[in-house]
Amino acid sequence: MNAALDIGVASGFTLAVPAEISIALMISALLFTLGIIGFLCRRNMIIMFLCTELMFQGAALAMVSFSRMRMDVSGQVFVIFILTVAAAEAALALGLVVLLYRRRETLNADAWSELGES
Amino acid sequence: MIHEHSIRAAALAPELGWVGLALLLPLLSACACALCAALRVKSKAPAIITSLALAGSFVIILTAYFAYTGPVEVPIFQWMSFQWGTQSFQSFTADFALYIDSLTLFWMLFVTGLGTLISIYASEYMESDRGGGYCRFFFGISVFLFSMSALVLGDNLVMLYLGWEGVGLASYLLIGYNYERPSAVAAAKKAFIMNRIGDLGLALGIFMLWANYGTLQYSELFAAMNNGGQSSVDWDLSVIPFLLMLGAFGKSAQIPLFTWLPDAMEGPTPVSALIHAATMVTAGVYLIARLYPFFELHPEALATVAWIGGSTALVAATIGMAQYDIKRVFAYSTISQLGYMFLGLGVGTSFGACYHTLTHAFFKALLFLTAGAIMHGFAGQLDLRKLSGLRQLPGWRIVSWTMFVGCLWLAAFPYTAAFFSKDAILLQALTSERGDFRFLGWLGLFTAALTAYYTFRVWFRVCAGPLHYEGGSEGHHETPAGHETPVASHGTVASSVQPAPASHSAREGHSVFHPHAPRLAINGVLVILAIGALLVGVPAYDHVFAHRENWAQSMIAGSSAYQGAGIEDAHAGHDAHQATILGMDAHTGLTVVGSTASIGGIVIAWFFHLRNRKAADQLRAALMRRYWIGWLPICMENKWYVDEVFHVFFRLPMWVGGQILSFGDRHFLDGVLVDGLAKIPLGLGRLFRPLYGGALQGYAVTMAGGIALVIAWVTWIWVRGFN
Repeated sequence: MNAALDIGVASGFTLAVPAEISIALMISALLFTLGIIGFLCRRNMIIMFLCTELMFQGAALAMVSFSRMRMDVSGQVFVIFILTVAAAEAALALGLVVLLYRRRETLNADAWSELGES
Repeated sequence: MIHEHSIRAAALAPELGWVGLALLLPLLSACACALCAALRVKSKAPAIITSLALAGSFVIILTAYFAYTGPVEVPIFQWMSFQWGTQSFQSFTADFALYIDSLTLFWMLFVTGLGTLISIYASEYMESDRGGGYCRFFFGISVFLFSMSALVLGDNLVMLYLGWEGVGLASYLLIGYNYERPSAVAAAKKAFIMNRIGDLGLALGIFMLWANYGTLQYSELFAAMNNGGQSSVDWDLSVIPFLLMLGAFGKSAQIPLFTWLPDAMEGPTPVSALIHAATMVTAGVYLIARLYPFFELHPEALATVAWIGGSTALVAATIGMAQYDIKRVFAYSTISQLGYMFLGLGVGTSFGACYHTLTHAFFKALLFLTAGAIMHGFAGQLDLRKLSGLRQLPGWRIVSWTMFVGCLWLAAFPYTAAFFSKDAILLQALTSERGDFRFLGWLGLFTAALTAYYTFRVWFRVCAGPLHYEGGSEGHHETPAGHETPVASHGTVASSVQPAPASHSAREGHSVFHPHAPRLAINGVLVILAIGALLVGVPAYDHVFAHRENWAQSMIAGSSAYQGAGIEDAHAGHDAHQATILGMDAHTGLTVVGSTASIGGIVIAWFFHLRNRKAADQLRAALMRRYWIGWLPICMENKWYVDEVFHVFFRLPMWVGGQILSFGDRHFLDGVLVDGLAKIPLGLGRLFRPLYGGALQGYAVTMAGGIALVIAWVTWIWVRGFN
C-alpha cells in the first residue's frame, strides 16, 4: 500500500501514516461509526449502552494506534485509564438501567421523554 | 418702651436640663398608653397618665418661667453631627438641645396648659371608647404634645422640623381616629397631604438657611444674620422667607392650603380643640415669629404674609357665615383668626399676632369644647338648625354660658381679651405708612363684623330661643353607668329617621330623644377655660387701665420675634399715637370702630337668628332671586368652590397625568420593554425546540450532528487553507 496517506493538499501540511496504523485507524473509525449508528437506531437501553461502549473502544483503538505511530506510551497509558473509567461507568450505567426498568417495566428509551416539550 | 433692639445672646445653661422633662413626660406617657393598649386596659388609666404627664410638663414650664432670666440654650444630648472638612459649611450639627427664651415660654405655657385641660376633658368625652380606641387616642395626644414641645422648645431648625412632622403625624392619626368612617380617613389623608405640600417649602427653606448661614441653631443663625451671612451658594436670599412661609401656610391653614382644616373636624372634638384650634395650627405663627428677623430682611415677604393673612381672614369668615355645622363654623373661624395672626405678623406687630394666638387658643378651645359637649350629649348632632334654646335645658347651663363667653371673645366684644389682641393687629395695620396695609386693616375690621355675626349666629341659634332639639344620627355610645338619663340610647335612631318638623316643641323633642348632660370633667374644664379666657385679658387691662407694660408684649419683646430685634439698624416701630383713624386719635378711633363692628355684627345676628329666624331664610331667598347677587350665598355655602378649584386645577391634571403614565407603564414599559424583550429568547427557544423533543435519540442526533458540523468545518478550513 501507499506508504503515506496524504491529507492537507492545499496547506502543504502532511501527516505521514504508516499502512498498518492506517488500517487500525480505519477499524477504530468503523467501530465508532457502528457505535453511533447503533446508538441512534436502537431503542433498547442496554443495546444503546453497549453502543456507547463500542464508541469508547473505537476511540481507545485510535489512541493506541497513534501511540504506536509516535512511539509514545502515554496514549496507551491513557487507554488503560479509559478502560478503567469505562468499567466503572458500565457498573453505574447498568445499575441505572435496572432502576429505570423497575420504574417503567420496559427497556425502551422512548418511555423516558418527559423533559422534552413536544 | 425700653427694649434693647437686638437679640440677646443665649447663654449655655446645662444646669437647666430638667426643663427637658417637659419633653420626656409626654413621651413617657405615650409609651405608657401604648403599653395600656397592648395590655387591653379598659380603665381610664391612659387618660389619667396623660393628664398627669401633661400637668407635669405644665408645672415644669411654669417653674422655668419663674426661673427665667434671659435666653438660654440647654444641651440635652448630642444628636447629629457631621463633618466633612475643616472650613465653614463643611460641618453640620443639630444637637438635641432646648432654646428657652420668652417666646418659647410664652408658647409652651399655653400649649402644655391647654393640653392638660383638654386631656382631662377628653377623659370624659372619650369614655364610651374605653377598651377600644381610648388608649390610641391618648397615645396620639401624648405624641402630639411631645412633638409640639420639640417644635417650640427646640434649639435648632432640625428639632423644629422633627416636631413639625410629629405634630403632622399626630394630627393625621387623630383625625383618622374613627378609621372605619371613610370620610374620616379621607380627611386625615387630605390634612396630611396638604401639610406635606407646605412641609416641602419648610424643608427647602431650612436647606436654604443652612446653605446661606452654615448653621441651623437659632442663636448662631441670628448672629450670622447680623454679620450679613456668608453664602455658600449664589442664590437669592429673599426666597428663604417665601419658602418658610409656605410651610407656615400649610400648617396654619392659610390660603391656598386651608381646605384641610374644616375637614379635619372629622376627628374627635378634643382633638379639634387642641390640635386644630389652639396649638398645632399656631405652629405656622410660631415659625414666622421665631424667624421674624429673616422676614424683616425682606419687606415684600412680610407684605405677602399680610395679604395672605388678611384675605384668608375675610374668605374664611364669609364661608363660616354660611355653614350649618357648628364645628365647621368654628373651624372656619379658626382659619379666619389665624389669618388675623398672619396679618399681624405681616404688618409688623409680632406682639399682636402672638397675643392674639394666646387669647385665641383659650376662647377657641373653649368654643370647640362646648361644641364637643353638645355633640357628645346630642348623639353627634351639630346642625345649628336642629338645636335651639339649650340654655333652658337643665344640665346645659354651664355649656351655654361658657359658650357665650367664648362667643363674646371670638366676636371681639369690647374690652374682652380678644378685643385688645385684635386691636393690636388692626391698629398696626391701620396706622401703617403703606396704603395696602391700611386697606387690609379696614378689611380686617369688616371681617371682625362678619366674625361677630357668624359667632353669635351659632349662639343665638343653639343656646337661645325656644327649646327644641333633635338627636344626631351617631349610633351613640352606651349610657355610662349611673347616668341620670338611662334611656339616652333609645330614640336616637328614631329621631334621626323621622323628618324634622319645622317647629319642634320641647315636649316632642323629649319624647324621642334624651340628651345626656355633661358631667364634672367636661363642665369643670369648660369653666376653667372660661376663667382662663378672662385671665388672658389681664395683661391688656393692665396696659390700658394701669398703663403698665403688657405682659405679652414684654414676653415677645424679649425674644427674637420682636419687630426690629434682629437687624442692627432697627427701625423703631413707628409711633401709633400720631396716626389718626376717622379723624380721631388712633387708639380711640379703633376702639370705637372695632366696638361698632363687633356690636353691629352681634345685633344683626340677634335680629336674624333670635328675634326673627325666618328673616334669615327670607333674606337668603331674596338674594337668590336677584341674579346680580344670587351667586353670593351659593358661593359662600359652597366654600367658594375652593375644593372644586383644587380638584380641577390640581387633582384632575394629576389624575390625567397618572392615567397617561399608567398607560405608558402598562403598554410601553411593561408591554414593549419587559414583555417585548422577553419575547426574543422565547422566539429563539421556539426555533430550536424541535431539537429537544425529549427522545434520547433526538439528543444523540443533535449531538452527533453538531460534532459532525464542527468536524466538517474544521476539515474544510484545513483543506482550503487558512487564507
